[in-house]
Amino acid sequence: MNGRWLVAMSGGVDSSVAAALLARAGHEVVGVTMDLGSGSDSAVGGSKRCCGLPDADDAREVAARLGIRHYTANYRAEFAREVIEPFAAEYAAGRTPIPCIACNRVLKFDLLLRRADALGARGVATGHYARLAPAPDGRPGLFRPRDRAKDQTYFLFDLARAALDRIAFPLGELEKSEVRALARELGLATAEKPESQGICFVPDGDVRGALARLDPRRPRPRGPIKTRDGRVLGEHPGAIGFTPGQRHGLGLGGGPWYVAEVRPGENTLVVACEAELRTRAVRVERASWLDGAAPDGPVRAAVRYRHRSVSARVEPGGDGGAWLRFEEPVWAPAPGQAAVVWDAADERLLGGGWIAAAG
Amino acid sequence: MPRSWPRPGPPTAPLGGPGVLCGRAAPQRGRPASLCARAMTQIYLDHNASAPLRPEALHALCDAAAHCFGNASSAHALGAAARAALSRARRQVATLAGVASETLVFTSGATESNNTVLRQLPDGAHVVTAATEHPSVLEELSAAGERGVRTTRLPVGRDGRVDPARFAAALDEPGTALASVAFANHETGAIQPIAELSAIAAAKGVRFHCDAAQALGKLPLELARLPVDSASFSAHKLGGPKGVGALYLRPGVAFVPLHRGGAHERARRAGTENVPGIAGFGAACEAARLELEPGARRLGELRDRLWAGISRAVPDAVRNGGPEHVLAHVLDVSFPGASGETLVEALDLDGIALSTGAACHSGSTEPSPVLLAMGVPEALARAALRFSLGPVTTRAEIERVLEVLPAVVARVRRARAA
Repeated sequence: MNGRWLVAMSGGVDSSVAAALLARAGHEVVGVTMDLGSGSDSAVGGSKRCCGLPDADDAREVAARLGIRHYTANYRAEFAREVIEPFAAEYAAGRTPIPCIACNRVLKFDLLLRRADALGARGVATGHYARLAPAPDGRPGLFRPRDRAKDQTYFLFDLARAALDRIAFPLGELEKSEVRALARELGLATAEKPESQGICFVPDGDVRGALARLDPRRPRPRGPIKTRDGRVLGEHPGAIGFTPGQRHGLGLGGGPWYVAEVRPGENTLVVACEAELRTRAVRVERASWLDGAAPDGPVRAAVRYRHRSVSARVEPGGDGGAWLRFEEPVWAPAPGQAAVVWDAADERLLGGGWIAAAG
Repeated sequence: MPRSWPRPGPPTAPLGGPGVLCGRAAPQRGRPASLCARAMTQIYLDHNASAPLRPEALHALCDAAAHCFGNASSAHALGAAARAALSRARRQVATLAGVASETLVFTSGATESNNTVLRQLPDGAHVVTAATEHPSVLEELSAAGERGVRTTRLPVGRDGRVDPARFAAALDEPGTALASVAFANHETGAIQPIAELSAIAAAKGVRFHCDAAQALGKLPLELARLPVDSASFSAHKLGGPKGVGALYLRPGVAFVPLHRGGAHERARRAGTENVPGIAGFGAACEAARLELEPGARRLGELRDRLWAGISRAVPDAVRNGGPEHVLAHVLDVSFPGASGETLVEALDLDGIALSTGAACHSGSTEPSPVLLAMGVPEALARAALRFSLGPVTTRAEIERVLEVLPAVVARVRRARAA
């Protein structure tokens, strides 16, 4: 089992402890911090500096403490092309993207895996909260972690099953509090480092501000806020950046009103009351199933990160898509977000797809 | 995200247990383990980035730190001892550079020396330099652009050298105040025709600056015999300590100091002198001088053995620069189809430390500007490794590199193709 492992070290406490655990288990650990040109290290589109990224410095300090190698890998171009540009394009098309999933699939579990090949490593480990264990067919399966509050399996639905053979999630059996305690015990510099929240290139969760920076030349004209039956209730400050289910930022009286639909073509926000946003079906496209085929029995599914999963069934549809039919209504599924599916026991990740429309 | 949070206290040693200090020459005396302990088994082929401290330099540095703690400006015996240490070091550096002692100003390194010279430029002046210069020249000149300083960055040939005829023509632009060309290139080791270039500049009445950071201690220098007006040196490139260097100023050259606040360095660089660092610099220069020619011969043979082995094992490898007019200890090679950045990491994991080129470009996927300026295609510039040997390099290490390298190159190429 011992061998060389690449650990994606963000400079946070989770990946620091992931590296420490693998090193303690006798593996030769190589820390890699991906320089993505964003996040807390630098403003998007910022400097070309390659030295002195603060998060990379934290990771390097932890690596020195652990006595492991550490490198900073420049993936700025790939990140811009595969993650940031699609993010802006999705919003511009009226959808609500979730860039962390593409980042996992393309950056961490494809490019980094190739780097692992180049460096003669067995695979890539990360500080994700998820668990790897054998699936019923004996092949590697992806399971929810012990710390349910930190569960990140939602973000991993799009991984290729072949990648699972070469991935490790050392934190899968730990509570976050235990991770911090371990970091303290090992004297890691990141033990008390605050949690990073949300999307790394969207500081403070300000999507509209980030979009204005990422896509500055796109006009953002004001436009009408309408109900489904065409009544104009008010004016929005530019439709791009709103997401279904959103209530804040509309400036409407009465209601309460929620965004139901973003129609960039008509520069219109469609709003609805809460009950109208509940639905029992969503259509997904570009579905990805870890077992190679859509599950045909009862499953659990969620349409947003941190939403409670709901009993559902999957009906495969043409063109690599599927319908998800829920036993109870789900709230405001947003095109562009992921609908993610677990087994009926709500433990094993089965896959999912990208929401195309609510049924 | 906030950048501060409670950090653990002093322990800095790796969890793996006690190690030794950074640098092969460093003694182990039961001191606390160092962060660099694990890196000690490396074959070190990155001397152009920084050379391990020579034992003589370590001794002089420690001795001065322990005993010459007086301020060299003080009148008492301890001040005099520090002054004496400075004088000796100045003579040692001057001898190696082939200049008179009193023409040297100690600085924090070649970057400061280069910056200081370029800050002398009057607003709106024109400067001629090579596109392959070190960033401490090129970036300073870019910044000087804001005050109207115009820069001609001369292209170089595939050998990395400036064409004297083009150089002469560029100097004819009105307002040309300075030419700045490095003696030897930091990435490729290409040696410029400094005697010829400086003579051309002198004939045209243009001041000539030479960044000699990579040449000092590697080539016999007699700078005082050339019409070179100023030159920069760095201690750590030849086995002295980091944070020390020198600036040569030909007598009579106009100079405005960058640092003010005292008569140190004959009022050319104020600030209490870094006596231990300077003493280490001097000792490193003396040691380098004593082995200069046999050392270069030995390293040249090792370097040629390395290139012969590489070109046999990896037939499509391309040598950048050379074989003539290149420092004996430097070999720059592109491995088509392999990323230089990944090769550096893969070789590091196999115990071989080297760089893609200039240190601050490592870890970035920007292709080397030096190689691009030589006309190396971008794909090959991204696939380059710089081997820079030094006094500690052994034949056995070169053979070991030749054992490891072909398999690493093949693996990195395979992974990239996947």
